[in-house]
Amino acid sequence: MTWVLGNLQLIGQLVLAHLATALPAIVLSFLLSIPVGWVANRFHWSRGFVLTVCALLYAIPSLPLFLVLPLFIGTSIRDSINVTISLTIYGLALMARSTADGLESVDADVTQSATAMGFSGWSRFWRVDLPLAGPVLLAGLRVVSVSTISLTTVGAVLGIGSLGSLFTDGFQRNIPEEILTGIVLTIAIAILIDLALVALGRVLMPWTRVKHASASVDRDLSRLAMA
Amino acid sequence: MNFFAEAIRWIFDPAHYGSYDGVDVRTLQHVLISLAVVAAAAVIAIPLGYLVGHTGRGRGVAVAFSGGIRALPTLGLLILIALGIGIGLEAPFIALVVLAIPSILAGAYSGFEAIDRHTIDAARAVGMTEWQVVGRVEIPLGLPLLIGGLRLAALQVIATATLADYVGGGGLGLYLFRGLKTNDYPQMLAGSIIVIALAIGSEIVFGILQRLVVPAGVVAGQSPQLRVKSSGFRATTG
Repeated sequence: MTWVLGNLQLIGQLVLAHLATALPAIVLSFLLSIPVGWVANRFHWSRGFVLTVCALLYAIPSLPLFLVLPLFIGTSIRDSINVTISLTIYGLALMARSTADGLESVDADVTQSATAMGFSGWSRFWRVDLPLAGPVLLAGLRVVSVSTISLTTVGAVLGIGSLGSLFTDGFQRNIPEEILTGIVLTIAIAILIDLALVALGRVLMPWTRVKHASASVDRDLSRLAMA
Repeated sequence: MNFFAEAIRWIFDPAHYGSYDGVDVRTLQHVLISLAVVAAAAVIAIPLGYLVGHTGRGRGVAVAFSGGIRALPTLGLLILIALGIGIGLEAPFIALVVLAIPSILAGAYSGFEAIDRHTIDAARAVGMTEWQVVGRVEIPLGLPLLIGGLRLAALQVIATATLADYVGGGGLGLYLFRGLKTNDYPQMLAGSIIVIALAIGSEIVFGILQRLVVPAGVVAGQSPQLRVKSSGFRATTG
């Protein structure tokens, strides 16, 4: 604990840097997955195509992507924006599948009823299809948020600040306590955000409990590339 | 894109072959580490996953465990172990096995769970013993999802094995870290390109395997995939 107490300021800075890198990636991958998932679900041919592209994007290893990306967007190698964009790509690759599956799971009778009641295509999507797909979206988002928080640490080997910096610094200066602090804080942040997402889900979707949805994501992950 | 061409030239430069730091040696190392890790993780995870999938017990624990490991940063684990037992291959090996277990575990138990209960009841009804149900019904039918889990694990391991050389474990990470230290972008890029190529290669191999392992009876009985949802009415809604 002595190391932790003596370095609270550093730890605070790194927690903020970690969140500043990871949170935009989580939010962006969720927002982008809505139009992408909609396209995947809209036409017969587009589902296989979109999901295959997602599987391919997900196949690119993260550390190499952090290094290759600056070549395309003109940033410096140590810019944290590379990590945010890379993690958005991974998050989107996972999330698009959940969104497409969620939208597909909406009962056709319900959507037809909504149309019969006079919903336009646009408002039906936002007020009927998307809320009903919510539990599946939430399950996907929980996986994305946990893996994004964890993957953000990898940027540290390139000198991009995050909780991972505690690993590299602790390694160079031989302080196991510092590394352990980084691991515990990374897991703690992942758990806190996960709990926040579950709470948000309960508030936004009071009609459902999301108990079973998260388990099926493991199966979805195994199926990820079968599209 | 100039760097890209330089990186490709770097990969095929004969000067970068033959020594311990050569492209050939490091690529082989990377592949062997990944294979060994996935094999070790499979030995641990497949029996456990089958046990969970067959009995249905311990499912909650397995799901929570898979989710929990996902939050564990592999880089931190790898470095912590390396400080404990010294630099070299052992620390990354252990950390990568921990990384690979959840995907394989999930593939194994969800493969069993996805099987129609009627099929298993039918197997019991024709007099199969419990072991026959597992060996001749559940394992063959669960194989595609298991291979899916192995595929995901292999992908994660190939990508993350890049970190092994951070603690002197060998593999293709060398070029990334050495290039970073000397500001040699073509070298970093060369290492990255080879790792990406390995990952895509693994995807292709497992993708083919995944199709091959679907039992013949399942393929013959499959009706062409139909979408239950009608899409015609959408045209009228604008």
